[in-house]
Amino acid sequence: MKHTISILVENNAGVLARISGLFARRGFNIHSLAVGVTDDEKVSRVTIVANGDDYTLEQIEKQLNKLIDVIKVRTVKPDELLERELILVKVNCTAQQRHELISIAKITQAKISDISVDSMTLELSDNQPQLENFQELLRPYGIKEIVRTGTIAIQTGSASLRI
Amino acid sequence: MAKETITVAAAMVKALEKENIKHIFGYPGAAICPFFDELLRSEIKSILVRHEVNGGHSAGAYARITGKPAVCIATSGPGATNLITAIASAHMDSIPIVAITGQVVSGLVGRDAFQEADITGACEPFVKHSFLVKNADSIGEVIKKAFYIAGTGRPGPVLIDVPMDIQKQEIEFEYPESVEIRSYKPSFTGNKLQIKKAAEALKKSSKPLICAGGGVIAAGAGNELKTLSEMCDIPVISTMMGIGAISTSHKSYFGMLGVFGVRTAKLALKECDLLIALGARMSDRSVTDSSVFDGTTVIHIDVDPAEIGKNAPVNIPIVGDVKRITEQFTEELAPMRHEEWQAALRRSKQANAEKAAEELRGRNGSYVNPKSFIKALCGVLPSKCVICSDVGSNQIWAANNVELTDEGRFITSGGMGTMGYALPAAVGAKTADGSAEVVALCGDGSFQMCFMELATAVQHNINVKVVVFVNNYLGMVRELQDNNYGGRRTMVDLSGSPDYLKIAEAYGIGGETVTSDHQAESAVKRMAESVKPYLLQVMVDSNERSLLE
Ligand SMILES: Cc1ncc(C[n+]2csc(CCOP(=O)(O)OP(=O)(O)O)c2C)c(N)n1
Repeated sequence: MKHTISILVENNAGVLARISGLFARRGFNIHSLAVGVTDDEKVSRVTIVANGDDYTLEQIEKQLNKLIDVIKVRTVKPDELLERELILVKVNCTAQQRHELISIAKITQAKISDISVDSMTLELSDNQPQLENFQELLRPYGIKEIVRTGTIAIQTGSASLRI
Repeated sequence: MAKETITVAAAMVKALEKENIKHIFGYPGAAICPFFDELLRSEIKSILVRHEVNGGHSAGAYARITGKPAVCIATSGPGATNLITAIASAHMDSIPIVAITGQVVSGLVGRDAFQEADITGACEPFVKHSFLVKNADSIGEVIKKAFYIAGTGRPGPVLIDVPMDIQKQEIEFEYPESVEIRSYKPSFTGNKLQIKKAAEALKKSSKPLICAGGGVIAAGAGNELKTLSEMCDIPVISTMMGIGAISTSHKSYFGMLGVFGVRTAKLALKECDLLIALGARMSDRSVTDSSVFDGTTVIHIDVDPAEIGKNAPVNIPIVGDVKRITEQFTEELAPMRHEEWQAALRRSKQANAEKAAEELRGRNGSYVNPKSFIKALCGVLPSKCVICSDVGSNQIWAANNVELTDEGRFITSGGMGTMGYALPAAVGAKTADGSAEVVALCGDGSFQMCFMELATAVQHNINVKVVVFVNNYLGMVRELQDNNYGGRRTMVDLSGSPDYLKIAEAYGIGGETVTSDHQAESAVKRMAESVKPYLLQVMVDSNERSLLE
């Protein structure tokens, strides 16, 4: 079962190592991990997408809470989950193919971020299934490079995760 | 108090004084020299151990006796890595130690400098928290937080790594009076509704049982446990870490459970209809088959929410301080009786005692029976005693045969099962409380992992008594090979080992060899009367087992 876990942490040195080490030790595989500072510069927010059964999830939440630098932990319920991930894809692109790729970008609402004689870099922020889809559409042109940021997530509605 | 301009090293010493530290266990090296140099000017007594791991164990035992965080110190690199086993052992057994290590100078950190080790990184899985001090001005806050974190909630080890240049830096220093860590707020009082629910469940139970773990001792909840057990007539069993939580001679105490536990304790766990797991994590050593919980209402009381539901199923979890919750729980209850249930357990205990006596009668007289030896030892020792046990068959003999009053303590490495623990633990325990009679019970393998600490005892006049059970084997592993590997013994023969009396003599320590049961009592008496360290070399049949069946 895939879980999306939001963690508010003190922005201290080593905190990410503590968190990722904990996941590894407790046998919880991390799919993706994204981290960034919040509106309070002393607090960072980590979003982890990971696999595990309910028992492991409960243990992971409790063990995370035991880390001194962890302020809050919340596993976002699937039906309240607003997820985004950013992807950058560099594809082969001849002059003849440019129009096709521009129309793919239009339909998928991706941005063309860079272009060269024989390549084009497209950028898209969306949820995971859409990104997979996008990747499939670009594959026939020959993907030169892909970078993904890892998922960030927020709860839908007015509830919020704050200190 | 006004701020003063001093070095970080001096500030560290001041901070320890403020934390009321009387002794530290340590080992020097270049990277921690600024600190030790300042310590010279303090009343704090420095005890030079002979290996850093032992300093960690000594600090651990010291903390177990005083109930407050104790301090061990090492230098960078190998000094720090030598501490790891002690830190990990303290972590497993929830023991509050503050370990301070020197680190190479800040500018060299990360460059694989001479004697550099990423000790905060290496210890991450084994600490409650750690600090790598990068900012000299933070030292007071770091130490204050370290003691607070180590000693509150579920106790555990905290590591502070201080680069050498930072130790020498001058700062404006004032030790903080208090700490506030917004992300660390351990629960103390138990949830009232849950406690009421637990009381209701207990009222319905006809065969309740308390399993006391190390958490009872850590919380100082022995009296509360006794009151609860006596008022509600509830039998008590314990985990290895819980031995001594209640007097072993208490009429409602039925021994240690688990793989190496006694039959009656296992029977009690199997037969009970309600279990109060009191500061016990019900680890795989205590419960091998979770089907024993089928049909049992489990009330789990623990300071650490992560222990709840981890190893045992739970019906009524209560999180908080074990002492406080036991008090709260008792307030909800009126006296009750479970005569039939207690009588059934007493019959089982009696039958087992007779069986054990029978075995003793038929045995080879040219060796000492370690089980009756331990009973004889406890008979001679004053009631205020600390028995420090090592790991191996000897640990099981000790666990199942020590006799302790409310004042007695049993100290061993439970969760980690670290060989070589007993002697340094005894050194720590005796340093913490000179009025207690402290005995280390060692296996001959285990003793050879730590006997250099005899020097520590001699140097610092620490009057510890040592018993070495000599069976010339790594007995517990040999037994495992006999049972599970078709008797193919390998790597367990201790041939080449020394005469332990001569070892003692080399350190100027007296002692004697005990070769048969009837010599035991008088030898133990001489040991107990000695005002200096004393060693008994106790010859044990190598066929002596640890498993009961
Ligand atoms: C540091 C360490 N290494 C290895 C072990 C594995 N081990 C458990 S019991 C044991 C044998 C202990 O031998 P000894 O101290 O002679 O005691 P005995 O079992 O003979 O009473 C060993 C090697 C351990 N527990 N700790």
